[in-house]
Amino acid sequence: MNNAVAIARRGVPRLLAGLSYHHPTDLAEHQRIYGPLPAVGRRFIDVVDASGLTGRGGAGFPTGRKMRSVAVGRGGKVVVANGCEGEPASSKDRLLLTRLPHLVFDGIVTAATAVGAKDAYLCVHEHETYLLERLDCAVAERADPVRITVACVPGRYVASEQSSLVQYLTGGPAKPTYSPPRPHESGVRGRPTLVNNVETLAHLALIARYGDRWFRSAGLLAAPGSMLATVSGAVCRPGVYEIEAGTPIGEAVGSAGGPAEPLQALLVGGYFGAWLPADVACPVPMTHAGLKAVGGALGAGMVIALPASSCLLAETARVVRYLAGETAGQCGPCVFGLPALAEAMAGLAYHGGRGRVLGQLARLLPLVERRGACRHPDGVTQLIRSALRTAAADARRHDQAGPCRGMLREPLLPLPGDA
Amino acid sequence: MKLRVNPIACTGHGVCAELLPELIEPDPWGYPLLADAPVPADLLDLAKRAVAACPTLALLTDDSLVAPPVRRGGRHASRA
Repeated sequence: MNNAVAIARRGVPRLLAGLSYHHPTDLAEHQRIYGPLPAVGRRFIDVVDASGLTGRGGAGFPTGRKMRSVAVGRGGKVVVANGCEGEPASSKDRLLLTRLPHLVFDGIVTAATAVGAKDAYLCVHEHETYLLERLDCAVAERADPVRITVACVPGRYVASEQSSLVQYLTGGPAKPTYSPPRPHESGVRGRPTLVNNVETLAHLALIARYGDRWFRSAGLLAAPGSMLATVSGAVCRPGVYEIEAGTPIGEAVGSAGGPAEPLQALLVGGYFGAWLPADVACPVPMTHAGLKAVGGALGAGMVIALPASSCLLAETARVVRYLAGETAGQCGPCVFGLPALAEAMAGLAYHGGRGRVLGQLARLLPLVERRGACRHPDGVTQLIRSALRTAAADARRHDQAGPCRGMLREPLLPLPGDA
Repeated sequence: MKLRVNPIACTGHGVCAELLPELIEPDPWGYPLLADAPVPADLLDLAKRAVAACPTLALLTDDSLVAPPVRRGGRHASRA
């Protein structure tokens, strides 16, 4: 039995079935494991619709619908593969691009031929030189019907927002723009543009090979397929794991070896996600709907386990300060609001609030929410609100009495520059 | 008709809050906070005046389009 048949039959791993611990998968090996890539046409969009695939970059928009809205647009189309992993707590895109680059390229070719695009861009951060080297090697092995350009994007947090990429590829700054028009209406150089996360495209490469029914054979009816989750923090084997969509969060933590010490809370969805108390989070399925129901967000599938002896508020304050510095500097409420929030959170976490900070935060948060061109400020307020909700008793104690011993612990949430 | 603001274009001149205090108030940093409700009929003319008076063309109505980063044949030309 060849390997491709084996992938077509079993559950997970799917994307990661061709992952070698020893070396990046080259083209010959890639084709042996996953099988040859069939040529697809416009009708493939129906297959994607039927598969129920949703975007794996964080927003979770139905991929088929997005492809159709680009395909029906006028003029030459453009496909943009988003491989900029701006989220410090996520590693899945980097894993795919460095170890299984041909899966991503297959996905780009599939998406481009389905929507009728001749040009495609693979966007990665300019400072990830190892990744760029790997991609150069992979490109040299391939002969694609689509012109794929590897584009280097500045390594800022908001540079990888889809309107930022579109503006950057058009020749502007890598900063979000005010929508509408959305990229599928007027994207790169004014052309209809499909922007997808690289994991989404990798799934497309497999759907093209094995079909929509195969895709739905894993995961839930409402959230089919598999997904890559980055599990980190106080777990025994932090890393990227492929799980079926809808796997309970507790099981995802279990696949990373389980908690390394008693847990207090989980940060699900990364810095655009939300804190959830450990006991609340564990039975929740890893789906957009499941997490939304408990006030969380799936984001790009990150789970960070926070030990009971850490200070959740201090961890949050540190991340909020980083995110405040990552504003594109375009919208007033973000430019002035995020530093004000960061200062209030730092006060609460490190100095105590003298009974005033919680009220101050309650006044500041609505002044920032939904007032930016992109969702950057909303991500910050969601993080803060979930921290104040999850550690409500702690927050009151900090506000009244002062910081706790948890802040003496080494910070756990990763930030760029931590090394 | 509803009012909206392009937060990238807005630099907080505060003209709109001066002209239309019924629907727009400045936040602590001087940027406009808009009422979420549709503009009442008796304020329509004043709202249009505020839109026209915005020095950076950031104040918009929900039926006005925003120019994309690169214009193509004026399809998306702003008609604020």
